[in-house]
This record gives sequence, C-alpha cells and structure tokens, in this order.
Amino acid sequence: MKVNSRSKRLKESYSSKSFSQLISENKVLLLMLLPAVIFTIVFSYLPMGGLVLAFKNFRYADGIFGSPWVGMTNFKFLILSGKLWPITRNTLLYNFAFIVIGMVLQIAFAIILSEVSGKRFKKFAQSSMFLPHFISWVVVAAIAYNIFNYEKGVLNNLLVSLGRERINIYNNPKPWPYILIFLKTWKGLGYGSVVYLAVITGLDQEMYEAADIDGANVWQKIFRITVPSLIPTIMIMLLLALGQIFRGDFGLFYQLVKANPILLPTTDIIDTYVFRALMSTSDIGMAAAAGFYQSVVCFITIVVFNYMIKKIQPDYALY
Amino acid sequence: MAVRRLFTRDRIIFNIIGYMLLILVCIICILPFYLIIVGSFTDEGTIIREGFGLWIPKFSLEGYKLCLKDPTTVLNAYKNTIFVTIVGTVLSIIMTTMTGYVLQRKDFPWRNGFSFFFFFTMLFNGGLVPYYILCIRYLRFKNNILALILPMIFPVFNMIIAKTFMRSIPDAITESAKIDGANDFLIYLRLIMPLSKPLIATIGLFSALAYWNDWYSCMLFIDDEVKFTLQYYLQRLLGSVDALRKLADKAGIAIPQLPMESMKMAMTIITIGPIILVYPFVQRYFVRGLTIGAVKG
Repeated sequence: MKVNSRSKRLKESYSSKSFSQLISENKVLLLMLLPAVIFTIVFSYLPMGGLVLAFKNFRYADGIFGSPWVGMTNFKFLILSGKLWPITRNTLLYNFAFIVIGMVLQIAFAIILSEVSGKRFKKFAQSSMFLPHFISWVVVAAIAYNIFNYEKGVLNNLLVSLGRERINIYNNPKPWPYILIFLKTWKGLGYGSVVYLAVITGLDQEMYEAADIDGANVWQKIFRITVPSLIPTIMIMLLLALGQIFRGDFGLFYQLVKANPILLPTTDIIDTYVFRALMSTSDIGMAAAAGFYQSVVCFITIVVFNYMIKKIQPDYALY
Repeated sequence: MAVRRLFTRDRIIFNIIGYMLLILVCIICILPFYLIIVGSFTDEGTIIREGFGLWIPKFSLEGYKLCLKDPTTVLNAYKNTIFVTIVGTVLSIIMTTMTGYVLQRKDFPWRNGFSFFFFFTMLFNGGLVPYYILCIRYLRFKNNILALILPMIFPVFNMIIAKTFMRSIPDAITESAKIDGANDFLIYLRLIMPLSKPLIATIGLFSALAYWNDWYSCMLFIDDEVKFTLQYYLQRLLGSVDALRKLADKAGIAIPQLPMESMKMAMTIITIGPIILVYPFVQRYFVRGLTIGAVKG
C-alpha cells in the first residue's frame, strides 16, 4: 500500500514536470545507461534492420542498403533447395527431445538429491553433475573424439577386446540423434537440477512434517507433495523452453558434427545450415532467407507461449 | 525433522536406489575427464597401436612438451584468452551492474521503457547473417581483438540478475545519499557496488566462464594465428590434424612422427585446466546466481 501511494506520488511529480526538466534531473542516470544503449542498438537492433537482406541480393561492395532488392527470390531458392523441411524437422525434434528428456532427468535428480541422506556425498554428487556445464562444446568434441574415434576410440577398443566389430560412428548418421541427445542431457543435468533443487528446498517444510505424522512413505511424499508443488515451475520452464524451440544449440551441432556431409541428414539444424550457407559466399541470399524465417518463427512462438503463460499464471509471464 | 530422519523401510530402499543412480551419474560425468587425462599422458606409439585406453600403459609427457614447444601458438592463445577474459569480464560487470542499478531505481521515470528496450532483444534478433555482415563490413572486426570482447560485453540475462539483486538493497541508502547531494554515479560506485559483492562474484564468474569458453567469435572473425584463443586453437587442432594426416596417407607422404594424438588430449587439459582448478571454489557462486536469476527480472 505504501509503495503504491509512493509510486503514485512519483507519477504525479513526473506529470507536473516538463520533459526537459526530467532529462536534466536524470542526466547522470541517463549517461549511465548510455553504454548499454549504444551496445544494444549496434549489436541487436541494427542486425534486426539487417533482416531486410533476406529480400536482397547481397553484394559486399554495395553493403546492406546498397544491394539491390530481389523480392522473394531468396525464399524461392531456399524452398527449391528442399532443405527447409529437413532442417526445421531436425531442429524441432531435437529440441523437443532435449526439453522432455532433460527436464524429466533434472527433476528426478533434484528430487533424489533432496531426499537422499548423507550430506557429504550429496555435495560431491552435485559438484560432479555440475562439472560438464563448465566446459565448452569444443572440449566435448575432444571427449567424443577420444571415445568414438574409429581406430583409436575407447569405445572401439572395448568392442574389439570383447571380440566385437569396430563401429565407425563418424560414418553413420543413425546413432547421432542418440549421441547428441545424450551429450546435451549430460551437459545440462547439473545446472537444471540445481534450479529445481532450489525450488524444492524452498517448499514449506510443514507439509512434509504433517505427512510424516500421518505415516506417509517417501514415495507418497514425492508424488503427492514434491511433484505437485513443482508443477508451476515445470510449466514455466517448459513454456520458456518451447518458446525457443526453433533455435538450435549451434555449438553442440557444429562442434560434434563438424559439417560432416555423411552425418548431415540426421544432424543438420537451421542454425548450422545458416552458418554453412553464409560461409560459402555464393549462398548468402539463402542464408539470409533461412535466418529471416527462423527469427520470425521464433518470435511468433515466444509471443504465443508467453500468451499461454499469461493465461495460466500471469505472475510468470515474460512480459 | 526428527521424524523424517527415521530409517524406515521405504527410506532405505529409496536411499539404495538414489545412491546407485547418483553414483552412476557421477561416473558418467567424471569418466570423460579421466579419459582425457589418461590420453594426454599416454605415449604416442601406444595410442597409434592400441588406441586410447582406460589407463596409462606407458607414461609420456611428449604431448604436453609439444604443446609448449611452439610458443607462437599455444602460449599466445593462452595469453589472448587470459587478456580477453579479464578485460571482457571487468567491462561486462561494469556495464551490467550500472544498467541494472539505473533500471531498478524507482524514481527513474523511463525505467519500464528502457527495460523493455533491453528485454526485447531476448525475444527477437536478426540472426547470424546480418550480425556477421555488420561486424565484418561495418565494424571492421576481421582480425580485431575487440571482436573477441565486444559481442559478449552486455548479457541481458546478467543485467536482469543485477537488477533483481540491487532491488533488495534498501532504497533508503540511495535516498539519503541523494538528500546529502551525492551524484547518482557516485552512489552506484561508492555505496551500491560495495554492497553488491556476492552479485559481482556471481555475474563476474558467469562472464569469465563465457569468455574463457568462447570459440564462436574467434571462429567468425579471426584468421590470424597470433590472435587465436585457446578454445579455437583446440578446435582447429582437433579438426585439421586429422584431415592433414588423411591427406598425407592418401598421397603416401609420411608426416614426421609428432605426438599428435596425445597432443590433442594435452591441449584439451591445458584448455580446461584453469576451470577445473578454480571450480571447487567458485561453484557455490554459480548456484547462488542461478537462484537469484530464477526470480523474474
């Protein structure tokens, strides 16, 4: 109530002042914002304007604004290339698998960490699980090389010593969805479970004490108290993740697959396609069209999912 | 609480299953690091003959020696990475906390407008193509060390964490200093920043990790070997040597017997070494940052 009346008072004081008066009163604060504002205009808003490239035939010498308009030609070529559907499908399916499998395991391990006894061991386990979050996808690629390499990999050595045949994983697109999903889940497990664990430790302990007095067992407490209490968080995390479903994890796909043409049918996502097209300069138009498509579709999904969050639980909406 | 601690049958079963799963996950999370360490200390001849293994049959430091033998590349990459990480992290802390401070000031009339201005960039962006062309053609980022620092200098997520944290500092501090006639920048620098040490630790670590692990900017903008960062150097090493060797095999040329395989693993260890060393000390700040960040900005 107090805050309300104060902010009302502030509002009244704003309206009674002229614009230039407000500027001069806040000039230091405005100056403090200036670096971030300039940064954001240059690195975020100017590229948004650059989206017009999708409708242009980019020529380096003419720049973004000097290059000639070509209407929908870039999109026509993109569609004719037949790539649009496979990369969209891969992006969506991978992200969907990442979200579902990642969330289930993160929640499961958050619950295990919160219920299991033995403080020392729990701490050690949490630290080990968190470790993969701290390394880059380049290092993960080095690990994959160590394990999966055809002649030298640990996995193949193990297979040979068991009397089985070597498998050439870098020559076969089939196992890659499993490998990529495994690595993504591996890297995100510790981080995600810390988030859910924080929510669980914040829950009202009286609920558990009451359940203990009523003679509830561990499973009942997990499935009747913990999981239902996590539902709002789960919904929010789910909707936030779904809002980003058209945006792939470029680092994962690029570093692990290295644009290996044999693997691309099952591993090419929108982000890697755009990158490759951009780097082979002749395809800049198609790269721009695919990037435009991704930006717009991404934005629409975020707006739609935010609208849904707002309907379910307005407190958690992004804006 | 005392009642919960009782070891009833269901609790014992839960603990057994829980421990087994946790041990399994710990092994899966730590084993890859162990394999890399083993590979990095294994003699090259053994790797060529028997491949990477679970233990070291013949100990060798050749991989590390080779990494350090060529100071123009590896040591340079180390220097570049440290420089970029320190400068980038400091600038990023200043940018995010300063912005976060202004945006949480309740007496700043345009705070909602500016908040949305920054926040909108999390919802919508131009994507790689316009960004790349802007940086290369207009900002002249090619082989410019600024290209490794500037793009990550203002993570909006960190700014929101800063804003949320500073909101918990009583307004009375700012108000009374204003009455005493202090200027807003000095209030931020002298009063708010000293009270924000946990915040600075957290977003500083977020930033430092992001800079240390960055290969993307280097891959996009840097061609000049002298300016490579560690991560990008490792990326090139993992990719190019294999290609080179295949080419040489096909052409029937013998590549001089360099310990390339153990070098790759040694280079990986050199790249993640500092992270693993500081990890036990900084981990709790990360956890704290996650919980601050979980609150909506």
